[in-house]
Amino acid sequence: MTHAALIIAVAGAVTLMLRFLPFLVFSGKRETPPYIVYLGKVLPYAIMGMLVIYCLRGISFTATANYLPELIACAVVVLAHVWKRNTLLSIISGTVCYMLLVQFVF
Amino acid sequence: MKAENKSIRKKAFTATLPIMAGYLVLGMGFGIILRSKGYGAIWAFAMSTVIYAGSMQYLAIDLICGGAGLLTTALTTLMVNARHLFYGISMVDKYKNAGKAKPYMIYALSDETYSLVCVDMDMEEGERNKFCLLVTALDQFYWVLGSVLGSLLGAVIEFNTEGMDFALTALFVTVFVEQWLSTKDHAAALVGLAATVLCLVIFGSGSFLIPSMVAITLALTLMRKREEAVL
Repeated sequence: MTHAALIIAVAGAVTLMLRFLPFLVFSGKRETPPYIVYLGKVLPYAIMGMLVIYCLRGISFTATANYLPELIACAVVVLAHVWKRNTLLSIISGTVCYMLLVQFVF
Repeated sequence: MKAENKSIRKKAFTATLPIMAGYLVLGMGFGIILRSKGYGAIWAFAMSTVIYAGSMQYLAIDLICGGAGLLTTALTTLMVNARHLFYGISMVDKYKNAGKAKPYMIYALSDETYSLVCVDMDMEEGERNKFCLLVTALDQFYWVLGSVLGSLLGAVIEFNTEGMDFALTALFVTVFVEQWLSTKDHAAALVGLAATVLCLVIFGSGSFLIPSMVAITLALTLMRKREEAVL
């Protein structure tokens, strides 16, 4: 039990440090450096691309069941969003599509 | 003023609905696994509040059960969660005047919360900060609730939730598309996709995240002159 508590404490402390570090480094009343302001503008676009790939890292092209459900559902999300631009609708249609595919088709 | 507050609350709640679905499912999955290893609801609650990082919590179960050392735990957390540095860097300016709640908003800045607060919003700064705080708190609430519920009810649930965790992938895809449609300059988005795919192919699915982050930062730094002219 002590071991478990220590593991949780260490994992929590490191996560906290990672989350706070940028704010501590660029804190205070000083102006945020222009380079960081620039990164703040462009990073969200790049990171979202990274997170999409991160979520799909488990797919493999060895068998159709290992990639088709993900790719079809992602295509549904993209099409739904381009069509209606309603976040909730896009996410629900993609998720329902994915659930049907993995539960009944593949 | 009151009506404004209400509309911000409503906006925040609506924005977090997909995360509610994803977090309840993934949180419950976490609670169920943790219980099966002999750690009950109090442990689920403790981990979801002290760590509050989904993939790391799943990994922490292995670390606990495998009797991992503290240095191993620290290094694993560093590798798995290094992406949070990125979130911080891109929020430094946006959270500049977030006030008293700022420490909480930083501590609870999860991937999914980040995806909602990083985008440009049509709100003045005060409203924006309120919206971001509400989103942050709701998301953590869903996660803690899910993990505790999973621990308590895990055995009785019969509804087949297989695939429901795709909600989080769908969320990121949606935000990606939304950002894509809202700007003419797609260079940064393409850099994010290309660099990550490249690193996934080179380094494999276990250790591609940190190389991806380095590659993305390098590419964006090299593109700075061009991008600042466009933005």
